[in-house]
Amino acid sequence: MVEKSIKKFYIFLVFLFLYAPILVLIIFSFNNSRLQGSWEGFTLNWYRELFKSREIMKSLYYTLSIATLSSIIVTIIGTLSAIGIYNMKSFRKKIILNINYLPVLNPDIVTGISLMTLFIFLKIRLGYTTMLLSHITFNIPYVILAVLPKLKQMPKDMPEAAMDLGATPFYAFRKVILPEISSGIVTGALIAFTLSIDDFVISFFTTGSGVSNLSITIYSMARRGIDPKINALSTLMFVSVLILMIIINKRSSNKLKREGV
Amino acid sequence: MKKFTSYPYIIWSVIFIIFPLLLVLLYGITIPSKTSFFGFKLSIENFQRFCEPIYLRVLWKSVWLAILSTLICLIIGYPFSMILAKSSLKRRNKFVLLIVIPMWMNFLLRTYSWMTILGKNGIINNFLRIIGLPALDLLYNDGAVILGMVYNFLPFMILPIYTVLTKMNRNILEVAEDLGANRFVIFSKIVFPLSLPGVISGITMVFMPAVSTFVISKLLGGGQYWLIGNLVEEQFLRINDWHFGSAIALILMIVILFAMAIMNKYEDKEDRGVGLW
Repeated sequence: MVEKSIKKFYIFLVFLFLYAPILVLIIFSFNNSRLQGSWEGFTLNWYRELFKSREIMKSLYYTLSIATLSSIIVTIIGTLSAIGIYNMKSFRKKIILNINYLPVLNPDIVTGISLMTLFIFLKIRLGYTTMLLSHITFNIPYVILAVLPKLKQMPKDMPEAAMDLGATPFYAFRKVILPEISSGIVTGALIAFTLSIDDFVISFFTTGSGVSNLSITIYSMARRGIDPKINALSTLMFVSVLILMIIINKRSSNKLKREGV
Repeated sequence: MKKFTSYPYIIWSVIFIIFPLLLVLLYGITIPSKTSFFGFKLSIENFQRFCEPIYLRVLWKSVWLAILSTLICLIIGYPFSMILAKSSLKRRNKFVLLIVIPMWMNFLLRTYSWMTILGKNGIINNFLRIIGLPALDLLYNDGAVILGMVYNFLPFMILPIYTVLTKMNRNILEVAEDLGANRFVIFSKIVFPLSLPGVISGITMVFMPAVSTFVISKLLGGGQYWLIGNLVEEQFLRINDWHFGSAIALILMIVILFAMAIMNKYEDKEDRGVGLW
């Protein structure tokens, strides 16, 4: 009995540690004072200022547009290269997969500075394009890693059978391979989208000329000190993540129920 | 389908993955030179410069703080994963979701939140003031940086260990119990060795971002707080000495490769890839 309550208490403590800072952020986003320590009454002022802030709205736009564009491009390139890699001989496959792991295993800061060095070496002006190229680069590996296992699960002669029966390669791809690997593609695209939205370090090094995403804006605001606008922003971001997670969770548990698990 | 569909990516990865890393290597082993045709010449000067005590101290500090926060994550995370793995399936899923949700929040925001708690006019100090105690300097020191690392990376330790523990064959534990092993023996001789792959991927996943961070140290350690990541950032974005900056980045990569090599020695080859993905 004692042991059980100790365990419960321990779990509670860890979750308290994980969630207390988030709760604090949320509560003080409604605080009618610039200082964080004490409660001065309820206000929605910081939310109003958040939406009025051009700096934040602009970076929100950049974040979403880069995440959308890069995840679409990445999903296409990643899926095609996963299919190509899957059909390769084992030696070349190994080399490519190892290269593919480099951006995953390298610390972000190394990927960031190496891309920055490349762009400046090639005399490309740092800005929106370079940030987009960098996001594509660090995201492709994740799509490949998500799609490749699905290809391995697919019976190897299925596309061949389709083509023997008269399907063109493209038709076989669309009607046979694509449905088999679609769940991997969706997972890969989602990972790419969230990683792109969340990225700070690589964007920080590869952007310039006033283009900044939300993370960079948060960083520069946080370095200036405490700003309740950031609290309001975190609250909104946390709530949207929460809603998204609940929807995904509901969907997957419904799916499990339908499949009778 | 043919393998040519991967050619665009092969070209892409040569341009955007391999070539940039080679550039960093090139910058790291050269110094600017006016007499040479290319504008730089081969030299180990950058590495010699890194061997000055100021830089070595920064390197040592980064490694030490990363090791400390990895250990703290392990000490907090392992018992937590064990309790989690033993609870009912429904509970387990709920708890895992609760661990994952904070990870989905931007890590700058998670780090920022500690600024508001630990700061001079922060919540803790305000509370101390109300009950009449003197304010503490909680922010801008080693403790705050370690706290930030543990807070940000704890889920990376919990999830792999938890995954391994849930996959463990329960029958082995029952057999051991039947044969008279007590709980301590079961843990030290069976559970822990079997969970080692999870522990190792947890350690790697905490140590790597911890040793290379420059954000946590800047926000919670203050403007004059130096970890190896801050050195790299400073060289590239402020001082513009790419040669020295690249050399530091190379040293950082060597540290990480070294750590991974040590970890790999303990890893069971068959159980590879038990990580998050």
